Amino acid sequence: MQFIQTRFKYLFKTTKGLILVAIAMIGLETALFGMLSGPMAELGVRDWVIKNLGMQIVQAEREGRIIILYHSIAMAVVAIETYMITSLVRMKPFYITAVRVLITVGYLMAMIFGMGFAYWGHNWALHGLYITGLSLIFFAGVLLTIALWPWDKEYHQTNPEYASVKGLDMERVAFFATALTTLISVLFGAVPGSYFGNGFETFLAENIIRIPEKTTMEFAVIGHLHIMLALICIMITLIIGRWLDFKGIMHKIAMPLMILGAIVLSLGVWGVVTPLEPVAHMIIYVGATPSMLAALLLLIWSWAKLIRQGTAHLQKPTFLQKLSALTDDPLRFGPTWQMLFMNFTVSGIGIFMAIKLDEIFRVWPAREERIELTGHWHVLSAIVATIILLYYGDMIGLKGTLRKLYGWSIIILSDIAFAAVTIFEMKRLFVTEAEQQPLVNTVMLLMDFGLGMLLVVLAAIMVWRLTDLFKGRGRWTEEIDQELAQEVK
Amino acid sequence: MKAKIFLAALAVSMFLLAGCAPVDLNAPIPSFETGVDPSTWAKIPAGEFLEGQEAEPVVIDYDYEMMLTDVTVSQYTEYLTAALSQGDVKIGEFNGKKAIVGFYPGDKFHGVKHEERIDPGDWVFIPLDDPASRFTFDGTKFAPLPGYENHPMTNVSWFGSRAYCLAQNGRLPSELEWEKAARGPSTGPGADRPFPWGEEMALNAANFYASRDPFEEMSTFGSRTSPVGFYNGKTYGDYVTVNNASPYGLYDMAGNVWQWTSDVYEGMHYRFMRGGSKDTYDMDLRAWVRNNATPTYFSPGVGFRCVR
Repeated sequence: MQFIQTRFKYLFKTTKGLILVAIAMIGLETALFGMLSGPMAELGVRDWVIKNLGMQIVQAEREGRIIILYHSIAMAVVAIETYMITSLVRMKPFYITAVRVLITVGYLMAMIFGMGFAYWGHNWALHGLYITGLSLIFFAGVLLTIALWPWDKEYHQTNPEYASVKGLDMERVAFFATALTTLISVLFGAVPGSYFGNGFETFLAENIIRIPEKTTMEFAVIGHLHIMLALICIMITLIIGRWLDFKGIMHKIAMPLMILGAIVLSLGVWGVVTPLEPVAHMIIYVGATPSMLAALLLLIWSWAKLIRQGTAHLQKPTFLQKLSALTDDPLRFGPTWQMLFMNFTVSGIGIFMAIKLDEIFRVWPAREERIELTGHWHVLSAIVATIILLYYGDMIGLKGTLRKLYGWSIIILSDIAFAAVTIFEMKRLFVTEAEQQPLVNTVMLLMDFGLGMLLVVLAAIMVWRLTDLFKGRGRWTEEIDQELAQEVK
Repeated sequence: MKAKIFLAALAVSMFLLAGCAPVDLNAPIPSFETGVDPSTWAKIPAGEFLEGQEAEPVVIDYDYEMMLTDVTVSQYTEYLTAALSQGDVKIGEFNGKKAIVGFYPGDKFHGVKHEERIDPGDWVFIPLDDPASRFTFDGTKFAPLPGYENHPMTNVSWFGSRAYCLAQNGRLPSELEWEKAARGPSTGPGADRPFPWGEEMALNAANFYASRDPFEEMSTFGSRTSPVGFYNGKTYGDYVTVNNASPYGLYDMAGNVWQWTSDVYEGMHYRFMRGGSKDTYDMDLRAWVRNNATPTYFSPGVGFRCVR
């Protein structure tokens, strides 16, 4: 009993234990449900999984199933970000406990009962429990936002190296603004969602992209999915900045930009359900620019720091020595590199599509455009996941060769896959439909190799963590009292 | 060590270069007699059917007939030869390349965002120099490529499809007409069927991406069309097919080629297609799934059939 109690306490009462559980849950869900599509479907694995796990797949419910699948994974990611925030940012212990309890129960309920409802028949009790899980997560978000209230003098910033205005901690304001806008943005999905089956039909946004007339609720859902992912990205950028101890002049410029970006971006997206809809995209562009600029400042600052620290022993380091210093620790270099890489695979593609939309992309059939739309946000979501995994590698104390191997595996494998996805999305620019198969085969193989091996790396880490739990004095015992704020680099 | 790095780099380069390998578009294709007559029309009686993903009841209050199969290369080339000699179509240009063009009276322009003008004038029917086309043209006469006579006509634009149907005293089906023909009446078991034959998808029920049919070779040229009516329950050599006929007896209402429909919607120039194709996963073969493109679009995965 003692054995179980101590492990349970680690897994559900400590920061690193909670993060481990959430990563394991995402890994399991991704591995299992990833077998239902793409190459696994082609190889016949999907049919085997459906039959042997007793899944009940109804063709007309595919879109609904996918929406629940996306939500259940996203909720676990939001939980991980929340655990990180509650460990990195100062707040009252009551809030830390309350937020963690609610969000943990919430995401586990959403994931387990949501998937049960979606893939194993329609037990409406499971659906009710799924919605309860989502509601608990929302309530955890309300408490987190209250806990992040920045105008409390207790949380004023006194260190002049960090951005502050009359003592007001601008980084805390950025966390607060992002949490608050996230809460409001949730409603844009929740309200239309409550009408599903009651005159409002389930749909995937990419399938109605070309329809000029959309209902207010369709606009709300489209806005919801975009802003939620954008805010998850902004939040992970803030988290990484805190982990790396972002400070100095760049910090003082970046934090107001982060706040401005999160608010304006959200206002633009919320505007799609108002008479502002015709200019909403312009507001979104205006909001996205400061957010991305702030991330760029974090990148410049962190790279300069890595180079400075890595070449401190050299009088006049050469370019190669600086490059070596920059890339010496993939876990600290990786997150900002992934943010940069995102510009080639997501932002750059998005801007190019926007500029050439009618000239190129809208000449292609809608199914081609759907590939670009789904591709870019899958890559963006996966980039957030890799950043979390890189940070997690540091959290679990990977050192030496293993640290390098783990870090570079995540960076290289994921970037191979993301680059391949990008080529796949854009293939029509350089190959015709009739002649595309060799290119498709190559990029598919690269995608499958990159993502598959990434899952193998993750599985290896999870197996290690699982076996570690059986040890009396395993790594987990060291992590019980460790908080992320103590490990700020 | 250097040798190992060199060999690894060489292997990676060769792998990546494989992605640029040329495709033999004229690779030999197996020939099968399906026993299905593409000149046959099926009657779709007036009545209710279940429309869309949510299976809402919709009534079409008139009888109509629909072609049992997609229009074949033989049928279309025959039409083109006649139309060219009669001056109904002519050799023109599309995007700077030779094409068969014909007159279209144009659509009303509403000035909606992303909407493009479709003015009265000559519009592309088919490209003449596209290597993926399955016909030959000697300047006056069109003919199917050997082996493709009973395959669906592809690389044909919405304008070219519409013109063919008009020449047969018919027209392209509306989206509703198409879906009703694919799903059958609202009565009886399985009326909300996603596929013309029912709820379950099978690799040998339709031609879709990686369905392992006798016409595809995923390691080289990829997917190709199958003869119209191929999936009729017959066994071809050692390949057993499922009869994929809809309740009204129509073949290939799921897979093989996307099928143009007739609707012109206010504020958009796009034309809609139904049925999925040899190039799409099975999810796109569900009867309610829509695809769309500009009416000038043509592709080796798009064909059509007519109603009257």
